Amino acid sequence: MVVCMTMTTSPVWHEIDGERVADSLQATREALNGDAGNVSLDFSSVRRIDPGALKAMEELASLADGKSVKIALRAVNGDVYRVLKLMRLASRFSFVA
Amino acid sequence: MAEKVASLSEERLAYLEGLVSQARAAAAVFTQYTQEDVDRIVKPMVLAGLEQAQYLARLAVEETRLGVLEDKALKNMVATEFVYNYVKDKRTVGTIREFPERRLVEVAEPIGVVFSLLPITNPTSTVLFKCIMAIKTRNAMIFSPHPSAGRCCYEAVRIMYEAALKHGAPQGVFTCLESHNLEDNAYMMHHKDVGLIDATGGPGMVKAAYSSGKPALGVGPGNTPVYLEKTADLNMAVVDIITSKTFDNGTICASEQTVVIDDEIYDVVLRKFADLGSHVCNPKETELLGRTVIDPSTGFMQPLAVGQKATNIARMVGLKVAPKTKLLIAPIEGIGREHPLSVEKLFPVLAVYRAKSVDEALRVCVDVNRAGGLGHTAVIFSHNDDIIGKFAEVINAGRIIVNSPGSIGALGGIYNDMVPTFSFGCGTGGGNSTTDNVNVYNYLNIKRVARRTPAHMWFRIPDQIYFNLNAVENLRHFPSRSTIIITNPAMEQIGHVDVVRRHIPAQTLVHVSVIPDAEPEVKIVMQGVEALNFYQADQIIALGGGSVIDAAKIMRLKYESPEADLEELAAPFLDLRKRVVQYPTEKVRRARLIAISTTSGTGSEVTPFAVLTDKGRGRKVTLVDYSLSPDVAIVDPQFVMSMPKGLTADTGVDCLTHALEAGVSIYASAYTDSNAMQAIRMVFKYLPIAYEHPQDEEARSMMHNAACIAAIAFSNASVGVNHALAHAFGARFGVAHGRANALMLPHVIAYNASVPTKFMPSPNQRGYTAHKKYAMMADLLGLGGHTIDEKVKNLIVATEELLDRLAIPRSIAELGISKEEFEQAMPDLVKIAFDDPSGRSNPRMPLLSELVELFWSAYAGRGLAQATGTPEKKAEKQKVDEWLCV
Repeated sequence: MVVCMTMTTSPVWHEIDGERVADSLQATREALNGDAGNVSLDFSSVRRIDPGALKAMEELASLADGKSVKIALRAVNGDVYRVLKLMRLASRFSFVA
Repeated sequence: MAEKVASLSEERLAYLEGLVSQARAAAAVFTQYTQEDVDRIVKPMVLAGLEQAQYLARLAVEETRLGVLEDKALKNMVATEFVYNYVKDKRTVGTIREFPERRLVEVAEPIGVVFSLLPITNPTSTVLFKCIMAIKTRNAMIFSPHPSAGRCCYEAVRIMYEAALKHGAPQGVFTCLESHNLEDNAYMMHHKDVGLIDATGGPGMVKAAYSSGKPALGVGPGNTPVYLEKTADLNMAVVDIITSKTFDNGTICASEQTVVIDDEIYDVVLRKFADLGSHVCNPKETELLGRTVIDPSTGFMQPLAVGQKATNIARMVGLKVAPKTKLLIAPIEGIGREHPLSVEKLFPVLAVYRAKSVDEALRVCVDVNRAGGLGHTAVIFSHNDDIIGKFAEVINAGRIIVNSPGSIGALGGIYNDMVPTFSFGCGTGGGNSTTDNVNVYNYLNIKRVARRTPAHMWFRIPDQIYFNLNAVENLRHFPSRSTIIITNPAMEQIGHVDVVRRHIPAQTLVHVSVIPDAEPEVKIVMQGVEALNFYQADQIIALGGGSVIDAAKIMRLKYESPEADLEELAAPFLDLRKRVVQYPTEKVRRARLIAISTTSGTGSEVTPFAVLTDKGRGRKVTLVDYSLSPDVAIVDPQFVMSMPKGLTADTGVDCLTHALEAGVSIYASAYTDSNAMQAIRMVFKYLPIAYEHPQDEEARSMMHNAACIAAIAFSNASVGVNHALAHAFGARFGVAHGRANALMLPHVIAYNASVPTKFMPSPNQRGYTAHKKYAMMADLLGLGGHTIDEKVKNLIVATEELLDRLAIPRSIAELGISKEEFEQAMPDLVKIAFDDPSGRSNPRMPLLSELVELFWSAYAGRGLAQATGTPEKKAEKQKVDEWLCV
C-alpha cells in the first residue's frame, strides 16, 4: 500500500479567533478541502470552547484523518486541552508550544 | 451487560448513545466555567422552578395519582428556594475550601456525566433539586424517571434546562429518557462515559445502581421509628407527627412509621391524635388494615395504598371513619412479620406501641429501625438529653430528628440546620456509600492540594547548665530540705561524693544512695524510689556516668508518678510528637534533678533519654521524653580528671559519634548544627590531648564540654544508624558503647555520604544533604579537599587517624570475634539494628541488606575503600553527584 503524504515543507498557519472558534475552524476545514498540506492552528486567543467548536474540532480531525494531513494546535491553554482530552480528541492533534 | 445490550434495538442504542454523547460534550465544555458563570445560571433556574412549582405539582399528582397537590407544590419550593439558600454561597468551582493553618486547599473537580434515577413519590421536586446540584457542580445529568412519572419529570427537566441554557449552560447539560425500560437503565448504568449513578428510587433500582460497578449515590428504604418520651411537649409532638405523616400523604421516605409511646402518656397521646382528626383503630380494625395495606406474601406495603389519603385507605379496607380523617392510628404489640403494620408505610397509616419503660421503648425503636429502615431516619420527642443521647447511640440512622416532624425535618433547612436535600444517604446500613443529606459535595470529586508543611521543630535543653572547673560550687544555689545523692561505689571511693556534699547548703538533709555501676535495672530503680519516698526528697543529685544519671531520671519519674508504666512508656515510636504513649503530666510532687557527669561522652546530664535493663526479660528499655531531662546540669572537669585512658577514648568517640550523627540527622537544624559542629571541632582538637595527657586540665575541660554540647545537639536532632549498629553489636558481644560506635564510624560516614538506595522521608530537609554536611565538617576541621567527595574522604581519613591515635581496635575481627560467630549472630544483629529507633533519624533509610554490609565492613575494618571505591564506583558516584548538583 502506498501512503501519500503531503510533503509541504512548512505548514499553513491559521489563527483561531477566540470569540468565533467554530467559524474559524470552519475556515480551516475549507482550506483543508482544498489542497492545503499540514496545518497549524494558533489557539493563543482561545480561552474556552463551546459545544459548537467541539463539533467543528471533531469534524476537522476527521477530515484531516481522511486526507492524511496533520494538524498541530499551538498555544492551547489547560482548560481547552482538558476539554479535548475529555472528548478523546486530544490524540487526534499534535500540540506545540 | 452484553445481554442487556443485545436486547436493545439499534435505533434504541443510537438514541441512548446520542444522549450520552451530548451529555459528555456538555460536561467537557462545562469544565471551563468559573464559579461566577455557574452561579449566574443557577439563580434563574431556581426562579423558574419556583415559578412553576404549582404547575409541576399538579402534573405530578395527575400523572402519578399519589400525594397532595399543595404538599407537592411546597416540596417543589423547598427543592428550589431552600436548596438555593444553602448552595448559593457555596464554592463549587476551583478552590472550594482553604485551611491555611494546615496548608491544605480543596479544589473541585466535576464528575462529568451523572445518570440520575427519579422516584415516583417525589418526582418533580427531585428533578428540580438535582438540576440545581448538577449546574452548581458543573456536571451534565441524564435523567431516568420512574415509568409512572415520566411526563411530569420530563416537563420539570425541560423547564430547568431552558432556564439554564438561556443563561449560558452548555447545550446538552440535561437530557431525559423519554420512555424507557430496565434495559435502558442497565445500559446507561454500565456506560463508560457515565461517571456517577445517582439513584433516588426503589430498593431494586438502588441495588442495580450499586451493582453496576460504577460509583453510585443511592438512597435506602426507610422505616422511621419515633420515640415519644414522657417529658416531651405532647401537643407539639402530636401536631408534628400528624403534619409529617400526612404530608404529601406520607410519601416522603423519612416519614414516621411506628410511634413508641411511654406507658404513662400513651392514653393521653392517643386521645390527642383522635382530637386532631386521627382515627384510632381497634384491634379488629388494626388486623384488617394490616392484612389489606401490607402484602402478606412479601411483607411490604401494597403499591395501591402508596400516597393515598387516609379516607381512601379506610374505604379500601372497609373501615368506617369520619369524613375528614387525616390519619389512621394502628396500635401494635410487636415488630416483625407477625405485626404487618410495623414496616414502612408510605401512606397515612401510623403504627403505635405502648412501652412500659425507656429500655423497652429503645428496644422497640431499634427493632423498627432494623425492620427495613437501617441508616435512614429516626425521630425522638423528649426533653431529656440523656435519653436523646441514648436514642442517638442505639439507633442507626443518618438523620436523628429531635422534637420535630420526621419527613419535613429530614429534608433539612426547615426545622433544623441540616443540609437541604431530596436524597437521603443511608450509609452502609441502607447499602449506601454515605449517610449525608446528599448535596453539592456529593456531586464533586474534591481534590486536596497539600502543601509541604515544615515539621514543628524544637530546641530543648535543661534550665541551667554550669560548666568549667569547680562548677559544682553552684550547688549552693539550690535550696533543699532533703536531698538524695545517687551515685556508684567508685565515686564514693575517690571522694567525689564528699566534694559534692561540701557544696550542698548546710541545712539540707543529705542521703547517699549507692547503686552498681551498670545500666540500671528495674529492681535498683525501685529501691531508689523507696529511698526517695522514705526521705521525702525534694532534690536528687545524680553523680556518675550515663548509667547513674539514667537511673536517677527513671527514679524521679517513678517517684513523681508512681503509676507510670515503664514498659508502656518504652513503646516504640516514629515521631516523638505523634507517639501513642504520653508521659505523665500530673506530678504528685516535684523533685529537682541535678546531674553531675563524671564521664565525657554520653552527655546524659542534658539528654531526655534513659536506658533501663530489664534483666527479668533479658532486654534493655529506652525511655525518651523531655520530662526525663535533668533540671540542672553541672559539667565540672574535676570529676573526669581521673578517668582511665580507655574510658577517655571510648567515651570521647561516643561524643564524636553523637555530634557527627546529629549533624547529618534528618532532624538537624541550624540550632543543633551549631552545637554539633562545635563539638566535632573540640573533639578532634582535645580528645587526643586528653587521652595522651590525662592531667591536661584544658583538654579535659574542653572534652567534658564537648560531650555536653554534642548531647545538646543529639537531644534535639537524635542520632542515626551508627548508634543502631553499635547498640545491637555492643549488646550482643559485650563491647562498650563508645568502642562499638568507633568500630562502625568510618563505614557509616562513607555510607551516609553516598547516594542512598532509599531516601528517608524527611519534611525538614531540602534534598539530600548528608554528604554536604560531612564536607562542611571537613572544612571546619581544615582538612582540605576541593570537591565534596574529597572532603568526605578526608573526614573519614581524619576519623580513622583519630581512632588509631586512641588505640581503638579498627575492626571487629581485632576484638577476637570469629567470622563464624559473627556470621551466626548476623540475623539477630540486623533485626535489632533495624528496629532500633536511632536509625529512624538517619539521613539514609538503612535497608536490611545495607545493615549486613555495614556490619561486615566493620568486621573487616574497611572504611575508606568504600568511599573511594573502584573506578566503576567512582564513575557512578560522579554521575550521581552531578544529579545532586554537588
